[in-house]
Amino acid sequence: MMKMNNNAAERQEIEALLPWHAAGTLGRREALKVEQALAHDADLARQYATVQEDLVETIGLNESLGAPSARAMQKLMADIEADVSTARRVRTSFNFGGWLSDKLSSFSPRTLAWSATAAALAVVLQAGLLAGMFVSERQGRLYDTASFPTEHVASAAGTYAMISFAPQATAGEITKLLESYKIALVEGPNGGVYKIRLAVTSLPKEEVAKVLKRLQDESSVRFVGPTAAD
Amino acid sequence: MQTTSDEALIGRIAAGDKLAMQVLFARHHVRVYRFVLRLVGDPSRAEDLISDVFLDVWRQADRFEARSQVSTWLLAIARYKALSALRKRPDEELDEETAAAIEDPGDDPEVAMQKKDTSVVLRECLTRLSAEHREIIDLVYYHEKSVEEVSKIVGVPENTVKTRMFYARKKLGELLKAAGVERGWP
Repeated sequence: MMKMNNNAAERQEIEALLPWHAAGTLGRREALKVEQALAHDADLARQYATVQEDLVETIGLNESLGAPSARAMQKLMADIEADVSTARRVRTSFNFGGWLSDKLSSFSPRTLAWSATAAALAVVLQAGLLAGMFVSERQGRLYDTASFPTEHVASAAGTYAMISFAPQATAGEITKLLESYKIALVEGPNGGVYKIRLAVTSLPKEEVAKVLKRLQDESSVRFVGPTAAD
Repeated sequence: MQTTSDEALIGRIAAGDKLAMQVLFARHHVRVYRFVLRLVGDPSRAEDLISDVFLDVWRQADRFEARSQVSTWLLAIARYKALSALRKRPDEELDEETAAAIEDPGDDPEVAMQKKDTSVVLRECLTRLSAEHREIIDLVYYHEKSVEEVSKIVGVPENTVKTRMFYARKKLGELLKAAGVERGWP
């Protein structure tokens, strides 16, 4: 009975994903799940055909709506010219190219030649130092995984969680939140989700649950939960 | 040739680069216009609104945090502007224009069916969906937004996005059935 319920729920979930599968916007794992279900479920495959039909006609309908006239761009540029933030930005933005060109034009050709030689030497020296650092770093290390550098494994002690911030949360609000909870961002974002360190030590489960509950109630947090390993 | 990414353009816009603004506009304005037009149903108003959308981008570029695609950000601003514009109008005008946005001035589905063109009937039915259902169908099929991105644009949880899409499809199937097109689902 329970297995039947599970199958029904899974089918429903796959049914809900059909539009995204048709549009090609599912992740690899979900797309594979849908593909497998379509191969074994004729009724689902028929439903998928109607989804594809809807997709084609929705695109056709939108494409038939035409495009805005040049007036939209003209209005935008006029609004930008009239906007107070434009004058402020133009005043405060620093034109490095212009500054450099002004400075260089004031030097004699001989001074410029010496400066160029010195700069070239500095670049060679810096390249040598970087190469040395790279070689010494690679020695004694077997491999790195792309997703998780090996040095993180060595320092993985502590309590971690996954978090996703509310779309309307500003950088300032997020920084304030991280500071007030003494949280460090460790990895991410991966699909909008960050890995955070709640504490440098391993906290008891009850304590972790309390912190997560408080975080979930914060307006700048969309979702927070334990890491997959917890 | 390498194209400058949208994120890089936003960085340049934040520094006051008007050319970058024009490039971003050229890249996205048609899709944003069509999205807004489907919401407000008035081409002239949609044009004004897209200028407002990109003016907001100009003003807020330094606050863009790349937590979503630039196109998702644009559509979220566009949606907010369109719904605010609809709310601002006097009641009578709102009712009239919202109805115009929902109902296509062309043939109704039954008439279209008599012309024996399923594709035309399907398009007619797409225009007869509620604004909420039209919006989600457009975002998924035409704007190619994932569940997560639709959730960000519309401001509802991901499960609600899936459920809303399911009911939009169901409603579309019912409209088609009423117009004489039987597809076996729902």
